[in-house]
Amino acid sequence: MAGQTHSTTEGMHEAIEVPAAEHGAGFPPFDSTTFASQLLWLAITFGVFYWIMKNVAVPRISGILEDRRDRIAGDISEANRLKEETDAAIAAYEQALAEARNKAHGIAHETRAKLKADHEARREKVEAELNGKLKEAEAQIAATKTDALSQIGDIAGESASALVEQLIGKAPTKTDLNKALKSAMN
Amino acid sequence: MANDPIHQFHIQTLFPIEVGGMDFSFTNSSLFMVLTVAATSAFLIFSTSGRGLVPTRLQSISEMAYEFVAGTLRSAAGTEGMRFFPLVFSLFMFVLVANLFGMFPYFFTVTSHIIVTFALAMLVILTVIIYGFMRNGMKFLKLFVPSGVPAALIPLVTLIEVISFLSRPISLSVRLFANMLAGHITLKVFSGFIVSLSAMGAVGIFGSILPLGMTVALTALEFLVAFLQAYVFTVLTCMYLNDAIHPSH
Repeated sequence: MAGQTHSTTEGMHEAIEVPAAEHGAGFPPFDSTTFASQLLWLAITFGVFYWIMKNVAVPRISGILEDRRDRIAGDISEANRLKEETDAAIAAYEQALAEARNKAHGIAHETRAKLKADHEARREKVEAELNGKLKEAEAQIAATKTDALSQIGDIAGESASALVEQLIGKAPTKTDLNKALKSAMN
Repeated sequence: MANDPIHQFHIQTLFPIEVGGMDFSFTNSSLFMVLTVAATSAFLIFSTSGRGLVPTRLQSISEMAYEFVAGTLRSAAGTEGMRFFPLVFSLFMFVLVANLFGMFPYFFTVTSHIIVTFALAMLVILTVIIYGFMRNGMKFLKLFVPSGVPAALIPLVTLIEVISFLSRPISLSVRLFANMLAGHITLKVFSGFIVSLSAMGAVGIFGSILPLGMTVALTALEFLVAFLQAYVFTVLTCMYLNDAIHPSH
């Protein structure tokens, strides 16, 4: 009941020193008459507090933190999965691109080879034709030339026999003339 | 009376309750215990009622308090120590809020009474002893016999270990109690100087600037002490619990 006495009025400070001294201390924290009440109320309040913390507050906060951690972990793994999918898609695209490029190369090469072969064949054909014509022309030229040459002999014989007849008044014999022509033309 | 620095620690009965000759009255101390518990519980529950994936400001305060205590406990006593998390969290929050409530003018500081801090310290020590024996049996006594000590020194070292173990509840409770008590007395003394000096006329009013500045600085310091002592109490609790879990150190 000393506590009650303390609280009554401020002016009674001197008066309360006496009852306080009876308990061996005027210093409130060492006043053992208040201990029972403080211990009881501490036990009640801290007990209730502990119960609330253990059963409500701590599970709730740890639940929130765990949810967040799970969510973040889930989001990260989802992001990784999507990244892997993206990587796979990119790889597939690149492979398809490479295949398409190879194919295109193949087609271009084939076409070029075919065109070249066609071209070559046509050129050969034309060349062969040209060669044929060239040979024909050469043969014709040679024929014409021999023909002309043979005629030259006759013309030269006739001219020579006419010249000889003019000079000596007598036409040479055929054999003499041929002999003379042969020796002159060689 | 206004200047009496001890007056703030007086226990005042609000509702007298007496059982079997024992005084169990509801006092101002009881009132502030109830307020501490009610305010802390209400804050922790309402701030987290949204269960937001993205926390609100208040929710992040609760989360910070949780993770702060969890980090302290885990680093001192390992993951096994987490079984004591509700107790350690309750102790930290109770002591912290009781200390901070004491910073309001005219508020009673629950933790400025040795019996309260001693009771909390005994709660910790009894938890350590009971759990220590439950978990480790007689091996718990290895706590008092450090390994790697020469045989000749074992009796001496054991004696020292026992004394240090027994002094734990005392040091744990006196540290918190004395810090809160001394801080509040100092604050009250310096603010009392302001009142007495300013009553002495113009020179006194000028002179009272010094204790005023001191009071402001001490108030800031006391807020730091209020937090720090709650933290120290918690850290030591965690270390003692670690002894119960891993007695051979």
